Amino acid sequence: MSVLMILAAVAVLAIAAFFLARQRSLASTQGNPRLLHSLPGYYGWYGAISVLVPALAALILWLIVQPMVIEARISATLPAEFVTDATKAQLTMADVRRVAGGLDTAIASGAISETDVQALATGSTDIRALLAGSGVALASEVSPAVLIAAQDYRTQSHWGAAGRTALILVLSVLGLFWGVKRAEPDFRARNQVERVILALLIAASSIAILTTVGIVWSMVSETFDFFSKYPFQDFFFSLKWSPNFRGGSDLGIIPLIWGTLYITLISMLVAVPIGLFAAIYLAEYASRPVRNWVKPLIEIIAGIPTVVFGIFALVTVGPALRDWFAQPLGLGNSGSSVMTAGIVIGILNIPFISSLSDDIINSVPQSLRDGSLGLGATKSETVRQVILPAALPGIVGAILMAASRAIGETMIVVMGAGAAAKLSLNPFEAMTTMTVKIVGQLTGDTDFAAPETLVAFALGMTLFVITLGLNIFALWIVRKYREQYE
Amino acid sequence: MTDISAAGPGIRRPKQSILTASDNMKRRNAAEVRFKAYGLLAITVSLTMLAIMLFTIFRDGVSSFHQATLNFPVELTAETLDPKGNRSREEMVKVTTVGYQKVLSQALLAELQARGITQEGVTDKQIADLISKDAAGALRARILANPDLVGTTIDANILAAGRVDGFLKGRVTYGTAERDNQISPDQLRLVEQLRDAGIVQSSFNWTFFTNPDASDQRPEAAGLGVALLGSAYMMLMVLVMCVPVGVAASIYLEEFAPKNRWTDAIEVNISNLAAVPSIVFGILGLAIFINFAGMPQSSSVVGALVISLMTLPTIIIATRASIRAVPPSIRDAALGVGASKMQTVFHHVLPLAMPGILTGTILGLASALGETAPLLLIGMVAFVDNYPSAPPEGFLDPATALPVQVYSWASRADPAFIERSNGAIIVLLVFLVVMNVAAILLRRRFERRW
Repeated sequence: MSVLMILAAVAVLAIAAFFLARQRSLASTQGNPRLLHSLPGYYGWYGAISVLVPALAALILWLIVQPMVIEARISATLPAEFVTDATKAQLTMADVRRVAGGLDTAIASGAISETDVQALATGSTDIRALLAGSGVALASEVSPAVLIAAQDYRTQSHWGAAGRTALILVLSVLGLFWGVKRAEPDFRARNQVERVILALLIAASSIAILTTVGIVWSMVSETFDFFSKYPFQDFFFSLKWSPNFRGGSDLGIIPLIWGTLYITLISMLVAVPIGLFAAIYLAEYASRPVRNWVKPLIEIIAGIPTVVFGIFALVTVGPALRDWFAQPLGLGNSGSSVMTAGIVIGILNIPFISSLSDDIINSVPQSLRDGSLGLGATKSETVRQVILPAALPGIVGAILMAASRAIGETMIVVMGAGAAAKLSLNPFEAMTTMTVKIVGQLTGDTDFAAPETLVAFALGMTLFVITLGLNIFALWIVRKYREQYE
Repeated sequence: MTDISAAGPGIRRPKQSILTASDNMKRRNAAEVRFKAYGLLAITVSLTMLAIMLFTIFRDGVSSFHQATLNFPVELTAETLDPKGNRSREEMVKVTTVGYQKVLSQALLAELQARGITQEGVTDKQIADLISKDAAGALRARILANPDLVGTTIDANILAAGRVDGFLKGRVTYGTAERDNQISPDQLRLVEQLRDAGIVQSSFNWTFFTNPDASDQRPEAAGLGVALLGSAYMMLMVLVMCVPVGVAASIYLEEFAPKNRWTDAIEVNISNLAAVPSIVFGILGLAIFINFAGMPQSSSVVGALVISLMTLPTIIIATRASIRAVPPSIRDAALGVGASKMQTVFHHVLPLAMPGILTGTILGLASALGETAPLLLIGMVAFVDNYPSAPPEGFLDPATALPVQVYSWASRADPAFIERSNGAIIVLLVFLVVMNVAAILLRRRFERRW
């Protein structure tokens, strides 16, 4: 039975258990639900749960364990020349799996019968051609040892599948009897069902933690792998970035960090004044209808996907800057530049800064404004000398969060900043960032043993640490300096 | 002598009436005006930027919705297309696109001769080059699906080459053709004649929505079919995976979670995950789902998993806000008449919070739809010209997504792809606008003030 079939069988049994248990609970009180501890439906749910939980748990466990067990047993039987080192063993096992899967496909498509497969030998039949006929492409000829292993693999998988089906069906039938048997008036079915639901709720909320653990684990392990192949002092302190997949590359992070920070700086120079002044105007000067129209319009910017900004940088901003500024000033001929990416990221960040600052300015109490205006200050003096100082921690927090977004921004820099790692002060020159290089090193065909690929994980780790640090710092500033006006 | 109201020496008297502004006041008022102008300027600048961006995208992209086609009768000669003459599909599969290409170019030449259209300096091969390289394949698929067409004469309505399309749209001119090795000015003059004769026409570009991606030489045939399907698959899976988990997590955190370390850890994690750069999620997907769990690269299921993890914090934050907005009196009333805590939540709080949850979900999905960077790392940027099959197997097939298609077209050399890229953005923006409007309408319709 395939996994889908098993799931369907378990589902049918669970539905049966639901109705049987519900029926039995009602029958035990001669159809009077008021004599039951819980509503009849809860007895039904208890029946369904006692079918589903053990069966699904066993299925998941089996699906994880079976391949591991079988592969361990198969690789133990492989001749020694196939398993000289870990990589070779992995490749051979991948071959075995492909051949076994290919034979299954061939049988399913009717190209060969089950008995013929049992009698297959590499000498007599061209297995590669046979499998190619049923749509499975193999890279090389099948060696006899691999074929034997694949035969073994198939036999064992078939036995495993049979065992899986038997175990799960037995478990679900047992669960059905258990659940139905307990459907008696005194049984606290609701409490049991609610306990299971609570467990599900806790599991769902723990996914956030699992994700973080997954992020950290995936990057830390590969980063360690990278540092075992490439000295970390070269990574952190070398001024040169020139990866070379034939070996002997320089993988210094400093040019990338410089590019990232330069672009972030320019984007902040664009976003902070514009965003802040827009927020001040909207909060302090704009009439209600203007505010109701302009605020959503500015927030449209935040809803546009970054790849659209990327195209804008590539097609419009980059060439415009090149033709109107860089070439007349003799500063360069490149459409993609720090300036291009910085300005476009700045535009992207305007709504972020303006809406956060707007909220913060609005949370400054009216009494402060009234006091200042009552002493004769003009509106702008009130804003500059009373409101901004009161809102400052929040605004600094917003700016730091915006900076962290600019550092982690990918699509705009991929399309607008260029790919050359350079240490230069000229903003009209193409430079590159950490995110660009992560994309560059990890797309296409990658070899996860080469430091040139693994460096992307080290870059990702650095990026993660920097952005996380900035965010935590921002939250800390906001908490520490927040004035309490209540 | 009792005139003490007269100002004695030492008391400063205003030099002028308070009704006329002093220099100081003038300066302060000018500063006020300037300050206000800065604010207006900031708003104008940001809205202008938005307007310029949308304008350039529509200017460059709208033209991708119509496409130059060639309309002429094609005689489907049986000798070339079905040499055995038995109309069996098995035999006809052996005729490659080269055979169909020949049929098409001969038909076009015959049509030109019949209409008496000639152009100095254009060889027969150059005339055949006006036909898209994709047309033969499309015709072949059409005939293999219906072998009885062989031997008849059909009205072919086939794609013209990308340069011809560009000429009709004004992207290719006589000037650029001088320097172009794919088209010559003489060919363009011929195209002008063909346009006047009604053979070259411009019609609505349905293939843009149905075709898969095409190679660098055939921009005219590139379409969004696979990308739309891939994005739809991903959004479906994100919806199925993300909403139950997000709602369950929010219910736990708002209604049940005790104040302890574990709850704190969850809270901190959710707010931090919302701030992690999207590309880091791509690294996670590559390392865990593809390298560790062995899921197929470029498949929409991996994309959906990665995007789900990214969208989860958004949905949790929105759901928690709307659960919190349900007043405690509702809970107290339900508990008072004997409902259990769980019944209170599922029978009363959750239904009342539903509109808010729905709005948050739609907005979360809208931002998920435009997400690009993590999908690049899990291989969805690869060139995919086969449609993924129907779900559930299709979830494992290689696919691409709408924003990724925008990126991969933008990085091609031919400017025809930039037009396609902008066209794809317009499609993407239409989806986003629809989703956001739906969210706003839902909020207006169901918003409840307690």
